Amino acid sequence: MNETTTFADSAGATARPRGNRPVLEVEKLRVEFPTRKGTLRAVDDISFHIDEGEVLGVVGESGAGKSMTGTAIIGLLEPPGRIAGGEVRLEGERIDNLPYEKMRRYRGARIGMVFQDPLTSLNPLYTVGFHLTETIRTHSDLSEKQARQRALDLLSEVGIPAPERRIDQYPHQFSGGMRQRVVVALALCANPRLIIADEPTTALDVSIQAQIIRLLQRLCREHGASVMLITHDMGVIAETADRVAVMYAGRIAEVGPVQEVVKNAQHPYTEGLMGAIPTIGGTHEDLVQIKGSMPRLTQIPSGCAFHPRCPKAFDRCRRERPELMPAGRSEAACWLHDPAEKGRRRGNG
Amino acid sequence: MAEVAAPQGPVATGETLLSVRDLGKTFDVSAPFLNRVLQGQPRVHLTAVDDVSFDIPRGSTFSLVGESGCGKSTVARLVVGLYRPSQGRVEFEGTDLARIQTRRQMAPLRRKWAMIFQDPYASLNPRWRVADIVAEPIRYHGLLSGGQAIRTRVGELLELVGLSALDGEKYPHEFSGGQRQRISIARALASEPDFIVCDEPTSALDVSVQAQILNLMKRLQRELGLTYLFISHDLAVVYHISDYVGVMYLGRLVEWSDARLLFSNPRHPYTRMLLDAIPDLEMSGRARTPVGGEVPSPIAPPAGCHFNPRCPFADERCRSETPMALKVGVGEVRCHAVEEGRLPEPESA
Ligand SMILES: Nc1ncnc2c1ncn2[C@@H]1O[C@H](COP(=O)(O)OP(=O)(O)OP(=O)(O)O)[C@@H](O)[C@H]1O
Ligand SMILES: Nc1ncnc2c1ncn2[C@@H]1O[C@H](COP(=O)(O)OP(=O)(O)O)[C@@H](O)[C@H]1O
Ligand code: SF4
Ligand code: SF4
Ligand SMILES: [Mg+2]
Ligand SMILES: [Mg+2]
Repeated sequence: MNETTTFADSAGATARPRGNRPVLEVEKLRVEFPTRKGTLRAVDDISFHIDEGEVLGVVGESGAGKSMTGTAIIGLLEPPGRIAGGEVRLEGERIDNLPYEKMRRYRGARIGMVFQDPLTSLNPLYTVGFHLTETIRTHSDLSEKQARQRALDLLSEVGIPAPERRIDQYPHQFSGGMRQRVVVALALCANPRLIIADEPTTALDVSIQAQIIRLLQRLCREHGASVMLITHDMGVIAETADRVAVMYAGRIAEVGPVQEVVKNAQHPYTEGLMGAIPTIGGTHEDLVQIKGSMPRLTQIPSGCAFHPRCPKAFDRCRRERPELMPAGRSEAACWLHDPAEKGRRRGNG
Repeated sequence: MAEVAAPQGPVATGETLLSVRDLGKTFDVSAPFLNRVLQGQPRVHLTAVDDVSFDIPRGSTFSLVGESGCGKSTVARLVVGLYRPSQGRVEFEGTDLARIQTRRQMAPLRRKWAMIFQDPYASLNPRWRVADIVAEPIRYHGLLSGGQAIRTRVGELLELVGLSALDGEKYPHEFSGGQRQRISIARALASEPDFIVCDEPTSALDVSVQAQILNLMKRLQRELGLTYLFISHDLAVVYHISDYVGVMYLGRLVEWSDARLLFSNPRHPYTRMLLDAIPDLEMSGRARTPVGGEVPSPIAPPAGCHFNPRCPFADERCRSETPMALKVGVGEVRCHAVEEGRLPEPESA
């Protein structure tokens, strides 16, 4: 089952391998920051999974906890931030409690990363080629010469023109878009099972964004990697993801197939969010407005955290916190989808 | 450089409020004097804005779009007089701003326009109470006298933008990003301007908050008859808010037209490329033409049409001759292929 993919055999694969076995499972993950004023909970008991070959989009407004979830999974939380509960499993193996050294080896080899700012992944003192050959050699037994050849191949695979001329240059000699291409090459060079991409295109221009998204999508398919794509850009998610999780105030508000979430939102927050996004070809009428803004971590409302902004809130929402429950073809953390409530509302007319 | 065919009179029925003619701005970006002398480096100039002309009819919204560094903010700063043009002129209600010599002549005009910036925090003085921030243009232009009259007016302005009169007592840091942008808008409205230049007013905001601000701006335009020059890199936002849209590339306005026409029937190859690049929330699954390349350095832009290295329709003439503005419908396009009638119709209808 746990077949080892090599560079050679993955290169020819075109169809995205799809199995039902989840590559990543996150269960009741909780991330906390102890502060002088008390403990802040940035991620609050969230659970989700990513299947083999699947692209899971994670969207939400700033401060929702998207990046914290990503950094907790790869074990890169900055102290004093810490995982305060729950489990993370990669291909069935628990990775949230691994010793530092072992987790360090898993990063790169089994989980690749792409961040918003390519310079966080590239050391300005080393050449692009050095970054690539080091990573390749750490995770394979290729010789230095073979590793360099592999690095050249990767650079041309990610669309760097004249790689033999570019390989010995430093990151600052590359444009923003080119650097992000290098980071994508770096993330993929050990054929990881999972790529976590946090706002990989946010810092780039529109035309370059499209290039990078397409590149990431194609390469992950060819290399058979699953992707957790974190972004606030619903357009990117709509075109790239298979499923999408919508985060709000440290929790998942809704998760489901991408068309469902975009076109047939089940959670009032998702519904508001979709209506708030201007679209080309849409009407010039007023956008849907959600009153207020995302609460600060120090002031998370009781019950359903969305209740002060929710046009459909009722009494129970202020008291009890909803967990994800089946809602249409998706799951939503909203009492409106509780069968008991549905019965009651129908009774009321 | 040859003359551009200036459009004749106002672009639409209705009076032209702002008219920009052959506007240009060049910055000296040379190395410091000593380095130049010691290392024999030449002076280096960067043309941030090159030969830009457009009109804004009173009561409408004209937007400028384009990728980072294409010159949008420089146009905005030229229009409000924060920079002196290197070439061309800006006419406000028929008065050439460069002809105005004295502060006294400028003052009555000066209060007729205002500017809103991208970062609502950086543009608000953190040590001032909100009431003083909003009152500043009133005091500066001597529009009202007496503490009570000013206080009343500030209260009205805060309520106009959806805040409370009591918020005047607070400091900027006590507000969220969206609320701070409302404060900037209240301040901009304080001098009762006819014209507001908005440079990426929602780019730092979350989508749900962006929707609030865009709705507010449209409401104020309806109620107060405001004219906007709106700057953004987000094409969906621009589609939503604009009556007219201009597309900039490396300092030049390559196309402008009625907003709906520009989006439904783009003429310039760069406009088509931009529209094709943006991810699609509608998930129409339309085929895309991949676009290669990146924006070249504005210090040494390609000769002829700046877009020629990335343009699939480029020919010899494009590489040597600068395209002139050509009237097409209500708008203008700068492209040899359009002029020669050799540009195919765009693929998507
Ligand atoms: N004061 C200045 N001195 C030198 N160069 C400048 C100055 N202001 C702008 N530029 C240059 O002029 C060009 C246009 O700048 P501008 O800020 O107008 O771009 P923009 O389209 O608004 O970009 P962004 O979307 O990144 O804000 C850029 O190449 C910029 O580096
Ligand atoms: N070092 C820290 N100390 C306290 N709170 C933090 C820290 N880092 C992040 N947070 C908070 O955690 C929440 C989630 O952050 P993050 O995951 O970065 O959000 P985003 O969805 O924008 O990526 C935010 O409210 C943020 O302010
Ligand atoms: S649980 Fe209640 S407050 Fe929360 S989203 Fe559903 S209806 Fe609104
Ligand atoms: S002028 Fe030539 S290079 Fe420029 S956009 Fe038109 S066809 Fe392309
Ligand atoms: Mg983030
Ligand atoms: Mg700008």
